[in-house]
Amino acid sequence: MKALFDKLWDDHVILTREDGAALLWVDRHYLHEGSHHGFRTLAARGMAVAEPRLTVGVADHYVPTRGPVADPAIARMVRTLDENTSAHGIRLFGLGHPAQGIVHVMGPEQGLTLPGMLVVCGDSHTATHGALGAYGFGIGATEVAHVLATQTIWQRKPARMRITFTGVAGPGIGAKDMALAWIARLGADGARGHAVEYAGPAVRALSVAGRLTLCNLSIEGGARTGLVAPDQTTFDWLRGRAFAPADFDAACADWARLASDPDVAFDREVTLDMAEVAPIVTWGTSPEEALPITATLPDPARESDPARASRIAAALDYMGLTAGRPLDSVAVDQVFIGSCTNARIEDLRAAAAVLAGRQAKVPGMVSPGSALVKAQAEAEGLDQIFKAAGLDWVGSGCSMCVGMNGDLVAPGQRCASSTNRNFRGRQGPGARTHLMSPAMVAAAAVTGHLTDVRPLLEGRA
Amino acid sequence: MTGWTTHHGRAVALPLENIDTDQLIPARFMSAPREEGYGRFLLHDLRRDGDVLRPDFALNQAEAQDASILIARRNFGGGSSREAAVYALQDAGFRVVIAPSFGDIFAANAVNNGLLPARVTEDQADRLLAACPAQMTVDLATQTITSGPDSIAFALDPVWRQKLINGWDDIDLTASHAAAITAFASRRRAHAPWVWPKD
Ligand code: SF4
Repeated sequence: MKALFDKLWDDHVILTREDGAALLWVDRHYLHEGSHHGFRTLAARGMAVAEPRLTVGVADHYVPTRGPVADPAIARMVRTLDENTSAHGIRLFGLGHPAQGIVHVMGPEQGLTLPGMLVVCGDSHTATHGALGAYGFGIGATEVAHVLATQTIWQRKPARMRITFTGVAGPGIGAKDMALAWIARLGADGARGHAVEYAGPAVRALSVAGRLTLCNLSIEGGARTGLVAPDQTTFDWLRGRAFAPADFDAACADWARLASDPDVAFDREVTLDMAEVAPIVTWGTSPEEALPITATLPDPARESDPARASRIAAALDYMGLTAGRPLDSVAVDQVFIGSCTNARIEDLRAAAAVLAGRQAKVPGMVSPGSALVKAQAEAEGLDQIFKAAGLDWVGSGCSMCVGMNGDLVAPGQRCASSTNRNFRGRQGPGARTHLMSPAMVAAAAVTGHLTDVRPLLEGRA
Repeated sequence: MTGWTTHHGRAVALPLENIDTDQLIPARFMSAPREEGYGRFLLHDLRRDGDVLRPDFALNQAEAQDASILIARRNFGGGSSREAAVYALQDAGFRVVIAPSFGDIFAANAVNNGLLPARVTEDQADRLLAACPAQMTVDLATQTITSGPDSIAFALDPVWRQKLINGWDDIDLTASHAAAITAFASRRRAHAPWVWPKD
């Protein structure tokens, strides 16, 4: 009896040492601008890249989303990636490439990530690729250098955990809410040391885009890896992608074995009923500090545990919030739709469905997850909906998800954001971030405060 | 990387949960070359009010200046994979971080650079936090932290322990398995040719 994760693990073990460390084969290694440390280690040792064809570069973290790069340090980061990939014969989706995009959007979209693969990237959201039934995990710079040099990585096998979502998602509720719901329940380190498989009817019912969102957020609950077993939905989505296998049916036949055996025992099982999952927003400075939009802000005075009370007080203070107030009374200054979590075409459609024919009360920007998503959105007229509502329609990149490319939330400003981290200063020094689904961001834009999207969807598709 | 077995130094308390990597080093500093030193970026925004250093912040106090052991609460180093978080700690002089839990990627990055992520229980962390600032001794051979009369056992993956003690370099270690890797690669290619994308 094997779990899906066991099968992926076994398929990649080259050898296991007596102490339990296993040397694993890497099928796909994505690089972005941050990989310069790894290349420098390689150069210092005079080593070549072991498998340039299995290595793919993409410019996303530092790329500008409007106009040319102004900051010379940022320009240098983008240029260094160009130089390193071209020196080693690595395929690059660089600035200006027609299929450029955020690594976790672009890779699956191109069919460069496929079921059964082991995928690594120097980025903690690499679990995203697990949505296709791949074993994806984020690595650090020393590990990047190791993978470049050897196409392998040393790992200890994590424990296996299954999170099952039963029931049916209500209208206006999706993968982002499912992810924030389990993280709120288990904590930001709740799944530490585990490979999480997402299962159950509500996961099966998700589109591939939804599964990518769900797996993407695994690290916010402490899991380095998140997985969904591939099925017909996966295969239909992958067929015809630029780098899909030439003999696609033979590949599908092989991928069909990638599911947990029926009676396999997991090290940990968690079940969430979709009937209990409402649209969720974060209120604090950790993704675990999340509540249904219908709730009120926590009150440290009502906490018996002093450590917890002081943590809540500190988070409320940083966020500029008053204890006990209803969440939907919190006014926002701006909105952002983008990032590897929620900038796929389905996400943009969900936001546009709320915004169509309405005006945003606050400024904001929409950054599609890839150049292809951008083109598709424009073909569907979604850009016109965003612009008519008063939001900026910009290029693709990590943008306002991470304060390193010029797109920033100003100090003290409150942003309703479709991204993945509400850490202090994540969107810029002093920025206040509330995480939520793209539809909920659109709802906040329309009303100017945190808002339950469900009434705004009534009578709409 | 050089190995080490015991470390004696001053411990400083940072009694906070969820010190994520974005706090350890804000993203905007990550384009700096490592040679310039990352120590000045450590906890940059948490230490300051605007441009002014907060006098009440633990790391800004005089006795923290030569500290090499950092003690914190649950989920230290959660979040991003940025190894720069480890560089910032090391360049600021830290050799050991003690907490009840660590972000998985952060902990792996720490060990790869010779920084020890020592796991203790919540109660033990409270005891060590209360003792700060203090001189402590951390011993990898016995897996203990000694603080005055108090001796506390910490948890550490045995593979990581060996790696820290021996200062192993994974690339060299892996090179000794070159034949097994080549054989695996050709099996993988036969079984899953689609892994190698067309040119
Ligand atoms: S969008 Fe944000 S989370 Fe995703 S890869 Fe970019 S910086 Fe990381």
